Amino acid sequence: MDKRKIRNRLAKDNALLWAVCILATLTAVPLFAILGEVFLRGYDQLSWTFFTEPTPTAYKAMVAIEAGNSIPGGIANGIIGTMIMLGMAVVVAVPIGILCGAFLAENPKNRFAQMVSYLTDLLQGTPSVIIGIVVYIWVVVPMKGYSAIAGSVALVIMMLPLIIRSTEETLKILPASLKEAGLALGGNRARVMLKVQLPAAFGGIFTGVLLAISRVIGETAPLMFTALGCSFIRFTIDKPISAVPLLIWEFFNDPNLQELIWGASLFLLLFVLTLNLTAKYLAKKWNQ
Amino acid sequence: MSDKFYKVLLFVVALVMPLVCGGIVYALVTDAYDAFEHFGFFKFLTSKEWSYTDGAEQYGALPFITGTLMTTLFALIFCIPFSLPVALFVGEYFKGTKIAAILSTVTDLLAGIPSIIYGLWGFYTLRPFIMALNISPQGSGVLTASLVLAIMIVPYAASLSAEFIKMVPNDLKEGAYSLGATRAEVIRKVVFPVAGSGIFSSYILAIGRALGETMTVTMLIGNTNNIPESITSTGNSMASIIANQFGEADDLRLSSLIAIGLILFLITAFINLIGKIMIKRARIA
Amino acid sequence: MESVTPPILEFNKTCVSYTKQTMAVKYVSAAIDKNTITAIMGPSGCGKSTLLRAVNLMHNLYPNIRVDGEILLNGENILSMEPIDVRRRVGMVFQRPAPFPTMSIYDNVLSGYVLNGIRLSKTEKDETVERCLKSVALWDEVNDVLNKKGTFLSGGQQQRLCIARALAMKPDVLLMDEPTSALDPIATAHIEELMQELQNEVTILIVTHNMGQAMRISSKSMFMYLGELVEYGDTATMFSNPSDERTKAYLTGKMG
Repeated sequence: MDKRKIRNRLAKDNALLWAVCILATLTAVPLFAILGEVFLRGYDQLSWTFFTEPTPTAYKAMVAIEAGNSIPGGIANGIIGTMIMLGMAVVVAVPIGILCGAFLAENPKNRFAQMVSYLTDLLQGTPSVIIGIVVYIWVVVPMKGYSAIAGSVALVIMMLPLIIRSTEETLKILPASLKEAGLALGGNRARVMLKVQLPAAFGGIFTGVLLAISRVIGETAPLMFTALGCSFIRFTIDKPISAVPLLIWEFFNDPNLQELIWGASLFLLLFVLTLNLTAKYLAKKWNQ
Repeated sequence: MSDKFYKVLLFVVALVMPLVCGGIVYALVTDAYDAFEHFGFFKFLTSKEWSYTDGAEQYGALPFITGTLMTTLFALIFCIPFSLPVALFVGEYFKGTKIAAILSTVTDLLAGIPSIIYGLWGFYTLRPFIMALNISPQGSGVLTASLVLAIMIVPYAASLSAEFIKMVPNDLKEGAYSLGATRAEVIRKVVFPVAGSGIFSSYILAIGRALGETMTVTMLIGNTNNIPESITSTGNSMASIIANQFGEADDLRLSSLIAIGLILFLITAFINLIGKIMIKRARIA
Repeated sequence: MESVTPPILEFNKTCVSYTKQTMAVKYVSAAIDKNTITAIMGPSGCGKSTLLRAVNLMHNLYPNIRVDGEILLNGENILSMEPIDVRRRVGMVFQRPAPFPTMSIYDNVLSGYVLNGIRLSKTEKDETVERCLKSVALWDEVNDVLNKKGTFLSGGQQQRLCIARALAMKPDVLLMDEPTSALDPIATAHIEELMQELQNEVTILIVTHNMGQAMRISSKSMFMYLGELVEYGDTATMFSNPSDERTKAYLTGKMG
């Protein structure tokens, strides 16, 4: 075989390697570009009052801008709203999600379980904006108003499939011997699940819950039609309430408040990415 | 707790899923009914009018269906040249190495960034860039939205494709190398054919993501209720018209928006179903 | 009896190491004559597969494996040659049969050409497929299903297909890494018979766990232990009168 042809083939081989490396590296650029931009534009807004004060009115902001001052106030109303809705959503979604996941893991061949499994995929793939519409119809219309409750129902629906899947998958990869040993010792299935399988699966489920939280915490569209937003700090759950992503959306649309976008985004971004990294780190640690 | 009670408990809780999904369909269908009844189902799908002048209300979904399909298609086209190399990098060239783990963490983090922040970045960084390049005067439009959407779906397509590329048996690759193939040839002639259906299905799921992405598109597509004439034109996607107008709409307009939501729901459900079935098949094979 | 023709393959102080401390193959030197079958035996972990794979430069796929010394193919040191060039001249058959699942039987036989980007005419293709399948005694069994996927065949047939795939490239040396360990006795007998016939076309180096197999098919045998080549010579002599205690222990089943 002639040397030229071999050289040609090796050149192509090398070209592919380089193309793969360069393009793969380029993919990392947006992450750093986004992190960099949000950080550089937002870090000087982060201060104690940014986390303790509610959003200023457009008028106050305008006055401050006219006077050459930085905009007063912060995003406390959003942080508290997010925490309230998220807290309620976690309390509801985690037990239901774990039990559904356990159901799927216990009945892998069952017809109904297969349907539930498909529906879980369906729900996971449903655009969040549609969840917003549906919760508007389900909750906002009958309650005659936007509320934290409606917002957290939307979060529950978005979190459920993620928790179900992570529970099911973690339970499925547990060694069968674990369950059998538990049953052999005379435990009934509920006890074995509660005392043996779920504790063994704790790491995977916990990771799943963290990822589910990080997934929904930045969701904006569904909250626009359910929680609506609110410009002051509020702890009631049957009234409109704010959330960090809702605030970012408001700031984006209000020329007077635009300066606040970056601080709020930096906070949200750091929160989400920290959750993400923690989940990934824990998953790795528990897998070993 | 007796075994029987435990079984019943799990079953009852699992009923939540059919109830929620049934409830979603029921709510969308009943509230979209007005619009379909008023305009006719096919008329609604094919009409390109969207005007809310009192007394002469006309709503049709075509501009938004077109907008969604265009942004998704271009996002897919822009995503492939990056997601495929990432998948090869992680799943083949540097499989199991630290550098591959770093790249997967980076793509995981990309997947974790909230869509509203992608929107901000697109608006404040990418849009001026597109204006500076004289591609479009206002910088917003299908192109801008698709570019950011592409970045958003790269992680999904890449991580799933990488999984299938990793699964290609070493026996086959060594067999091909033993016959004198270069790595590029092994990838083209063995890895891609064997992992092909899995890779394909990961793109189907990435499409499913792009179809329903809301905030990014809302912030970047320009929000005009017309059929985009070209890639640089402005428009609206199904998700973005809902995000833009749902809050202020009532009666027929609200019903029309919900009807658009129903159509979007059906399209994404269909795409996701196909993707999931294909993935299951690819995993078994 | 000394051969007149120069050896086709020669190991010269060949060493293979996975890490700096541990050497899997230590200073192996041996010359392999053309058109012979040489069996490499030894307990598991003795480095026999590692040595075999080094001849096809398989270690190049794994960056941490190092090969030192020389391996000469027709007098040329393959360690300084392009792997893709070497591998075309040295065929390899692996433990588990692994025909390409996306290719038909026909395409599997020609896969070496496809992978190397060599275009053949339709008649050349047909001839190659027929010749190779005939030489692995598979032609009669599959000539009417050539367009079916190779994975539909039985394990023994698949392995013969993999041999045909390697033979299609007309290699000088065929390496076989325990080619029958995943097969049933009947399929094994088929392959052994086949090797005897292939001897005229190609020089075979086979790693085997099975002493009976080594005795039946090979003219020369190597015995390796802990990475060293302990003994190398005529198979008959080695089995009847091993010169090293370790060989003796292995052959009499006291080590294994």
